[in-house]
Amino acid sequence: MQQLLNTALGGLTLGMVYAAFALALVLIWRSTRIVNFAQAPMAMVTTFVALVVVDAGHSYWLAFAAALVSGLLLGAVVERLVVRPVEGGPEINAVILTLGLFIVLHALAAVVFGNRYRSFPAPFGVRGLEVGGTTIALTGFGVFTVLAVLVTMGLLLALFRYTDVGLRMRASAFNPEVARLLGVRVGRMLTLGWALASLVGSLAGLLIAGGSLVHPAYMDSVVVYGFVAAVLGGLDSPIGAVVGGLLLGVALSFVSGYVGSQLVALAALVILMLVLTLRPGGLFAQAAARRV
Amino acid sequence: MLTVTDLSAGYGPVRALDGVSFTADRGRVTAVLGANGAGKTTLLRTISGLHRADRGSVELDGSRLDRVAAERMPALGLAHVPEGRGVITELTVEENLRLGGLGRAGRVDPADLERVYTLFPVLADRRAALAHVLSGGERQMLVIARALMARPTMLLLDEPSLGLAPRIVAQIFELLRGLVESESLSVLLVEQNARSALSIAHRGVVLNLGRVVADDDADVLAADDQLRHAYLGF
Amino acid sequence: MATALRRGRTWWAGSVLGRHLLVALLGLVVVVVVLESASDFRNLQLASMAYLGIAAGGLTVLTGLNGQISLGHGALMAIGAYTTALLLDDRDAGTPLPLVVLAAVAVTLLVGAVVGAAAARLHGPYLAGATLALAVAVPGIALYFKEQLGGEQGLRVVLPDIPTWVLDLAFFVTGQDLTRSRYVACLAWLTLIVTFVLLANLSRTRVGRRWRAVRDDEVAAELAGIRLGRARVSAFVVSAAAAGAAGAMMAITVRLAAPSGFTITLSLTLLTAVVLGGLGSLGGALLGAALLTFLPQVVTDLGVDAGLSDIQAAELAPLVYGLVMVVVVLVAPAGLVGTARTALLRRRLQRAGTGTSTSTSTDTAAPTSTSTTSKGTTT
Ligand SMILES: Nc1ncnc2c1ncn2[C@@H]1O[C@H](COP(=O)(O)OP(=O)(O)OP(=O)(O)O)[C@@H](O)[C@H]1O
Ligand SMILES: [Mg+2]
Repeated sequence: MQQLLNTALGGLTLGMVYAAFALALVLIWRSTRIVNFAQAPMAMVTTFVALVVVDAGHSYWLAFAAALVSGLLLGAVVERLVVRPVEGGPEINAVILTLGLFIVLHALAAVVFGNRYRSFPAPFGVRGLEVGGTTIALTGFGVFTVLAVLVTMGLLLALFRYTDVGLRMRASAFNPEVARLLGVRVGRMLTLGWALASLVGSLAGLLIAGGSLVHPAYMDSVVVYGFVAAVLGGLDSPIGAVVGGLLLGVALSFVSGYVGSQLVALAALVILMLVLTLRPGGLFAQAAARRV
Repeated sequence: MLTVTDLSAGYGPVRALDGVSFTADRGRVTAVLGANGAGKTTLLRTISGLHRADRGSVELDGSRLDRVAAERMPALGLAHVPEGRGVITELTVEENLRLGGLGRAGRVDPADLERVYTLFPVLADRRAALAHVLSGGERQMLVIARALMARPTMLLLDEPSLGLAPRIVAQIFELLRGLVESESLSVLLVEQNARSALSIAHRGVVLNLGRVVADDDADVLAADDQLRHAYLGF
Repeated sequence: MATALRRGRTWWAGSVLGRHLLVALLGLVVVVVVLESASDFRNLQLASMAYLGIAAGGLTVLTGLNGQISLGHGALMAIGAYTTALLLDDRDAGTPLPLVVLAAVAVTLLVGAVVGAAAARLHGPYLAGATLALAVAVPGIALYFKEQLGGEQGLRVVLPDIPTWVLDLAFFVTGQDLTRSRYVACLAWLTLIVTFVLLANLSRTRVGRRWRAVRDDEVAAELAGIRLGRARVSAFVVSAAAAGAAGAMMAITVRLAAPSGFTITLSLTLLTAVVLGGLGSLGGALLGAALLTFLPQVVTDLGVDAGLSDIQAAELAPLVYGLVMVVVVLVAPAGLVGTARTALLRRRLQRAGTGTSTSTSTDTAAPTSTSTTSKGTTT
């Protein structure tokens, strides 16, 4: 019973991170029809930025902020300089481009920061909280993880729902040509979208790194889990991505706890193939086919 | 006043517009007529900067529009309702309208919203609904209302009657006529349905294979049997 | 008239096969000469170039000719390698090497059929994501079945003794004793040549034409009576078989099958080779494999000269590949060889006086090259 609870709790915490990462992928997919496989190394690079700030003797929070800001900038720069020319082109070009970027960022991080495991600080305890005399699998940092993702999602939701910029961004994503006719600078909105997505990716990277080890490859599998979560939710829906992330987190946590942690990625693959075969539009797809 | 001079444009080897010149007067409805593939849509897209002109110029009230990016048009007083309407179905009715308002000055004037809701009460009733659920006629009203949100001086409409019942078309044209009279809005109305277009237009320009083959007052065009048979199909 | 046409075509096809065999024979001679004069170290390097080339050849057929992308070919290589390792677990294993390789190919082919069937309905980013998941998942299987598959340590591969007739033959031809590394390199290159001849011929047959038709225009292909799913699966299966052979060669070259050899990096590396060499071109795949094998040393040396530490300098090579990959997509979407070939073709056409700007040849250029121009009109 206790193991069941703990597995579920661990899954939810992890699921939150996958949700954030899936959300980052969905934001980009919605606006540019590109799955940004480079999201993982982009997040990794910003985590290393945080590590540099920490190494320089500054506080965790300054490092945290530095990583998020550098995520924002990196996303904008990548969209503007590298991705812009392939937008609207053949999809295979975009795939190859983001993978090329994946390799570049990996290698760059290894050259600049070294190709070894480094420990990353956490601002809160990473030992299980005590509830009624027993230790549960929820850590202080886990609580922070959940809250950080929830707050970020709330802010994003508010941005998209209630602000003019959000409205322009959504219009650019749904119908770029009409948006242009209505005076929206679509290019800027895409850049902003990539920047925000990259920020959310950075957040996921920081949350995975906290109290653990970082390495140029430490986010690689997360991009797979984020992708699976996003596909679970339909790849087009931010809410779907969040729900997909949580479901996947719990599912993988159970696989890890009851079968073996080595098979987590295999389980993710199986889930992905099941979804793509049985419900290609995602778990929550309506009967009506989506545009495009 | 919109002045188009010697405008040419194409798609690769295809010449869709070939030296088109005409003017659309202020406070008037100018109909652009012609068969399928005559270049009507290309004309509007080139005027509003969605498509690049190879040659020629476009002026709106004295300022040059060619080489101006499409996204700056609302600020210059030009609104373009594209073929197939361009409702953003994923947004609500009000969001569509607000988007129209943002184009002019970067923020929405609540008075504009009130105005279009009075003009189109149907939309007021459904302001919170997703545009996805609107009927064809309602969608056409929505895109016209959305264009009006930017307080344009010149409105480009691409086949507003497409796929609508005659009664709805009459209603929409009636509304347009009212707007033109009360607010001295200028309209460039692209239509295949020449008869109804000429019924509200003051002037008509007939395109064939990318060239202007007639440019005259609407009643003159409607009375020209030869032209009607050759190009207007009624 | 019709018979004459048909005879014309068979004669032509025969000549293509003949040409392929001739090239293969020439290749074999070159390989023997090069391997014979190379050091043991170089031989192992050449062997790894060969297995990368085999896998890249399979991938380039899939991506270039059929328009499918796979980031899972590293995982497929792992399956070939582990099969080889299981069959060659000790010196008296007794299975003849050719059989081992065939078994590795067969097992990978089966897995490829399953993966391909699942992947057939996917396109672009979905396919990339799913095969990426495969690449991440497969090493975990080896870790989970520790008993059978050796876990983190992996399985050692015991190369059987070189048959005496081979030793004799080698001595007779070269006048030298055949070292084990040279033997391995010869095997790898022989496999490469066989694979390439098969792939080259396959892509000239009706099957290959179907793959290209599906890549170029699904609707048109379907209207022409081509079963899209079947064409996709068959391309995937063929490509997987090549990856299996590559895995087998990798296993006997590095004498180990371990999870650390089959990371995402391997899959991405193969993709790099294919992109560098120009999608759809076997020669390009080989060129890509050569770059992947020999460039690192050059770049690393340069890095060390420039004052980087060894570890840092070792990362310069992937940096270069990645950059080249990005640049290739941005400036030459068909890859280096593909673009060069298109340029050549255009020049030839111009010289012939036709002068029309034909779209790129549908034969070998990637789907990437055909529609990149459509974008400029609206922006
Ligand atoms: N994107 C395009 N690419 C190539 N050719 C095009 C494109 N759009 C239009 N054309 C060609 O340009 C010419 C004019 O087309 P256009 O759409 O302007 O005609 P239209 O008068 O609006 O026709 P309709 O009444 O059917 O809407 C046609 O010959 C058409 O085939
Ligand atoms: Mg039209």
